[in-house]
Amino acid sequence: MIARRTCLALLALPFAAAARADEALNTAIRDAVADKPVTDGGILLRVPTLAENGGQVPLGILVESPMTAQDHITAIHVFASRNPTPGVATFRLTPMLARAEVQTRIRLAEDQRLIVLAETSTGRVLRTSAELRVGAGGCLS
Amino acid sequence: MSALPSQPRIRIPRSARAGEVIEIRTLIEHPMETGLRHEAGRALPRDMLTRLMVRLNGETLFAADFQNGTATNPYHVFFVRLDKPGHFEFIWTDEKGRQARAEARVAVT
Repeated sequence: MIARRTCLALLALPFAAAARADEALNTAIRDAVADKPVTDGGILLRVPTLAENGGQVPLGILVESPMTAQDHITAIHVFASRNPTPGVATFRLTPMLARAEVQTRIRLAEDQRLIVLAETSTGRVLRTSAELRVGAGGCLS
Repeated sequence: MSALPSQPRIRIPRSARAGEVIEIRTLIEHPMETGLRHEAGRALPRDMLTRLMVRLNGETLFAADFQNGTATNPYHVFFVRLDKPGHFEFIWTDEKGRQARAEARVAVT
């Protein structure tokens, strides 16, 4: 019941809650990639546009990379813009992987944006995002 | 280090041709309770895995660091090209330092 109320409170106070969530998201992204320059693109996301069950949302990430010792993806960071806490997971990759691809399942409390950052061994950061609608919210709080 | 009660499951081929890309699927039964949820007015205690570490022939192949947005029963799929026989080790660690382990061997023909 309290979980339900927390969800409703977020809906009732969109402005304050959104501002807090944005701040938490920006902090989490800074913690992950510091102030390295970020380029949009180079990442293919496979997510449903409407997630029926927010508690188990399939996510596929494929980053363009030769995955050689010289040039490979070292990390993929996943963030959710409107969860109670923005962090989803960080994946650490090595050139022993055939490609920079990971599939997993995540939880989303409500309709929101998913942000994925990929770090290359050459010091670049790629970024992409996707908007998802959530049917039954996998309310986390 | 004590063992996690969680049961891991790995789906991986038993053999591969040299140079073939194989798919590895892992799943571990775990509530991934964030400590933020309430039930009947009480906060459910936090119980989270922090990490999945995968080694191939003793070297780190892949790792995942989990935060609150990782779903219950963490599931991961990734891809490896095998040129020689592979000994895979999978280690999940929770926030109390408890571990669950699995291993698999893939022959290369």
